[in-house]
Amino acid sequence: MDTIFALASARGKAGVSVLRISGAGAWDAVSALCGGRLPEPRRAALRRLIWQGDILDDALVIVFAEGASFTGEPSAELQVHGSIAVVDAVMRALGQMPGLRLAEPGEFTRRALENGRLDLEQVEGLADLIEAETEAQRRQAQRSLSGALGRLAESWRRDLVQAAALIEATIDFADEDVPVDVTPEVTALLARVQADLSAQIAGFGAAERIREGFEVAIIGRPNVGKSTLLNALAGRDAAITSDIAGTTRDVIEVRMDLAGLAVTFLDTAGLREATDAVEAIGIARAQERARDADLRVFLIAPGEDPTELAQVQPGDLVRIAKSDTPAAGGVSGKTGAGVPELLSEIGEILSQRASGAGLAVRLRQRQGIAAAADALDRARAALDPGGAASEIVAEELRSAARALEILIGKIGVEDLLDTIFSSFCIGK
Amino acid sequence: MKRFDVIVIGGGHAGTEAAHAAARMGAQVALVTLSTRDLGVMSCNPAMGGLGKGHIIREIDALDGVMGRVSDRAGIQFRLLNRRKGPAVQGPRAQIDRALYRAEMQAEMTGMANLRVIEAEVTDLRVDTGRVTGVVLADGTTLEAGAVILTAGTFLRGTLHIGDRQLRGGRMGDASADRLGDRLRDLGLGVGRLKTGTPPRLDGRSIDWAILDRQEGDAEPVMFSFLNRAPFVRQIACGITHTNARTHEIIRENLSRSALYGGYISSTGPRYCPSVEDKVVRFADKDSHQIFLEPEGLEDHTVYPNGISTSLPEDVQDAYVRSIRGLESVRILQPGYAIEYDYFDPRGLKGSLELTALPGLFLAGQINGTTGYEEAGGQGLVAGVNAVRLVRGEDPWLPSRRDSYIGVMIDDLRANGATEPYRMFTSRAEYRLSLRADNADQRLTETGISLGLVSETRKAAFGAKMAALSAARDQLSARIVTRAEAEDWGLPYAASGERRSLMDYLSIVPDTAAALLAQGGVMEGLDPETLTQLSRDATYEKYAHRQDAAVEMLRRDEDMRIPDDFDYAAISGLSGELGAKLAYVRPQNLAEAGRIEGMTPAALTLILARLRRLARDRGAA
Ligand SMILES: Cc1cc2nc3c(=O)[nH]c(=O)nc-3n(C[C@H](O)[C@H](O)[C@H](O)COP(=O)(O)OP(=O)(O)OC[C@H]3O[C@@H](n4cnc5c(N)ncnc54)[C@H](O)[C@@H]3O)c2cc1C
Repeated sequence: MDTIFALASARGKAGVSVLRISGAGAWDAVSALCGGRLPEPRRAALRRLIWQGDILDDALVIVFAEGASFTGEPSAELQVHGSIAVVDAVMRALGQMPGLRLAEPGEFTRRALENGRLDLEQVEGLADLIEAETEAQRRQAQRSLSGALGRLAESWRRDLVQAAALIEATIDFADEDVPVDVTPEVTALLARVQADLSAQIAGFGAAERIREGFEVAIIGRPNVGKSTLLNALAGRDAAITSDIAGTTRDVIEVRMDLAGLAVTFLDTAGLREATDAVEAIGIARAQERARDADLRVFLIAPGEDPTELAQVQPGDLVRIAKSDTPAAGGVSGKTGAGVPELLSEIGEILSQRASGAGLAVRLRQRQGIAAAADALDRARAALDPGGAASEIVAEELRSAARALEILIGKIGVEDLLDTIFSSFCIGK
Repeated sequence: MKRFDVIVIGGGHAGTEAAHAAARMGAQVALVTLSTRDLGVMSCNPAMGGLGKGHIIREIDALDGVMGRVSDRAGIQFRLLNRRKGPAVQGPRAQIDRALYRAEMQAEMTGMANLRVIEAEVTDLRVDTGRVTGVVLADGTTLEAGAVILTAGTFLRGTLHIGDRQLRGGRMGDASADRLGDRLRDLGLGVGRLKTGTPPRLDGRSIDWAILDRQEGDAEPVMFSFLNRAPFVRQIACGITHTNARTHEIIRENLSRSALYGGYISSTGPRYCPSVEDKVVRFADKDSHQIFLEPEGLEDHTVYPNGISTSLPEDVQDAYVRSIRGLESVRILQPGYAIEYDYFDPRGLKGSLELTALPGLFLAGQINGTTGYEEAGGQGLVAGVNAVRLVRGEDPWLPSRRDSYIGVMIDDLRANGATEPYRMFTSRAEYRLSLRADNADQRLTETGISLGLVSETRKAAFGAKMAALSAARDQLSARIVTRAEAEDWGLPYAASGERRSLMDYLSIVPDTAAALLAQGGVMEGLDPETLTQLSRDATYEKYAHRQDAAVEMLRRDEDMRIPDDFDYAAISGLSGELGAKLAYVRPQNLAEAGRIEGMTPAALTLILARLRRLARDRGAA
């Protein structure tokens, strides 16, 4: 079974991030980072982590033997300095080691369960965490695709579907009216995707600045005091970096720097009744945006029952507007009561939950792009006019598509069949 | 009242395979079919196999089923499709002599001592406290059984369409099974309608063969069955002709008179078997389509024109067929037609092919939304085995996506239902490089033996083959190639100086190494067939390794069985919507649960935790 790693986001103490590694290769991986100086099991030891000549961090390292760890497998914990840049560098190093891969949400828990290392009564609580993690990663992945990358990914998908459909047509419909040699067209399609992937890979270099963008949506009925709160948030510990109207009149964006994170607050018109069709579209869009935000702050009027707000999801924050008693969940943009508390809670949640998700998604995208580029190289190498190895080409195209799944979505056999049946007249 | 272990309704391709499998396992079996002449009837084209389909026949054969053996005996032209591509995507195919196929199938069926063929129409199912316990025949007779397998094909409320004319029927010349169809609708099972079509049959004596191109079979024919080496009867060639502008014009002018385009048919047909009307409309820019003229038998003048299935009226069929080169004065023996029939939503099936809603009743073949003899046969075999296992109180046998095309098919059907008639393609199998026609026996015969499906003859042949493979593998692994030899033989030598055996070379450079070994002088006494098989395995070894982790994960998830009475409502933390979906679909294991749309890692964790708790409680009890 693969060795998996992940940022144990929820557990991190302030200033410290914990990376977990589990599986047969866990000790070797740690040993590779510590220059072979593996500590005694269950003894925390300070080690300098070095990968390919670069010093990553001075970390507290603990290894656990099989049968004596959270998952029951040989495992390790790396406590590194909490900065995103450090965590990212260590995760990238781990991701480059053979046999290691980023854990899927819930995978540690699953292994622990299977190895009988978990009190079954604990599972429900863990399930909530897994749910939150899955959701956070989904949102990150979704958002990262909204810009230029998303447009690229769409064209990769189109080209890969087309290339794979052509190859599959020559395989599954060999005795039908389909072209015998699809090499020229497939080569052109793959070359285009390969060029894009290479350009992306070139951009992965060390120069890449780690600066996560987070989105926090403030949601509430009109006149509940969202704008005042937003101004207060912006005017306090945070510095406004820009104040621009959103692309629709229904979203106001305010960007600021919070605890070293780039945070965009969204003032959305999410809970308003639409009066006309145009407004309804705007509201729907704003609601979507709010749903995909890393965190939502619901602002309710005193006396309003928060459980009635359908959009509230686990992990969201709820505050009572125009109230001077922070202890009772109140906040006031006007007096400033409760604002520091709110900011620090937002900062904490983002740096723990959302940054883990962001790093995981980015690592997965980067690894996917690299793996896909390799698979496409192999596919190109196997292409020949006679189609002698077309099943190998097809296999490599599948690998490429799977590697890019987080960017281009799943490509299933139906997608290929649709393309085949609409391009060729199949059927004897 | 007569009592059997298993009753099979329908003697088509699913029914014969189901009945034979159950009988091989030693059960007392009754096969009830409308006419004993039904056994081995091919409703549509006189051909077996192809890509994906040929793979299924090999799998049936590996489990000692009948379809491969019978096809070999009745095959009059064998072609291995994709002969010049890799072994994973080569599919055996053959033209079949219809009459021979029926005769051989009947011989197979009547040759089983514990299998009784009963000629009758089943009009009702006997249901006792929610369980199917037998069948009722048209004359009122009741037959009792521990399990019933329904394989009624296109017969349930079948309607034939020829232009604007409609006939009731299960296929041309056979009555439909309307009473049973109505009864099944009453039982509230999810019923839908699908359609398919067939071309007119031509009199071969009125075809001008001399001016047509011909397609011969392979010079070295490849058989379906692992037990056969060569064809049994004389081999023939097929003719090739094409539609032309005039043909398309006639079809276009008469479109409104076609059952399909005249609005008489609303159900969905397969996209890969379009009618000639569809071809002309959807690919209007193509001015010609290829037609294969396939003789239906050695002693039969009937010719099947593959590529022009239709639902146009007879006079139009006459006109367009005669516009085709070589068919100018052809006689139509039977018009082409489209058929609409009832099928059941396969999402209501368990992996064993038993209906979740009606225990004791298994469904197989066309009624599950598939099309094709091979797809029907594969399902029949699974249903036959599991009906016997149910009667014996044993756990079902669930073929997996990892081990067979049959597993892929059943999994696809249960997961996605059938929006059009489902046909197998090799692209449906994600482990295509491992699921080859050439290794179906290596994948499945062992399982077949432990299920009690395999005869002594095959067991012995299989054992000998496996022993030869393993001996040759050992021999080749023990033979280390020196640097001088490698240079001499044109094999790449490892820069690291790593010692490589001949077996290593077989997987590093399969073609070069196989050619070298075949030519002799390097290692003597290697049986050519064994060598070929070893090199096929070796060709894909590194890809198989790459998939090992994924396969292993799938296997672990499949091993995590979810009991039929698993209570999703008892899992707090599972969303109501997802819980309801799970309770409806009833995944049989964790792998299936994971593939359900909307499934989340958290929900899977909760299910797994509950499974473990159940196991623990059971252990404590
Ligand atoms: C017009 C037509 C065109 C087709 N075209 C194609 C094609 O192009 N390509 C392709 O792959 N496949 C095609 N097929 C499908 C192919 O024939 C079927 O997929 C295959 O035969 C299905 O096997 P089966 O065992 O499910 O059913 P069938 O072969 O249809 O057998 C059903 C059997 O059940 C018996 N039966 C039914 N009801 C009762 C009852 N109440 N009591 C007793 N016996 C009963 C019948 O007598 C019959 O023997 C076509 C079929 C038809 C009819």
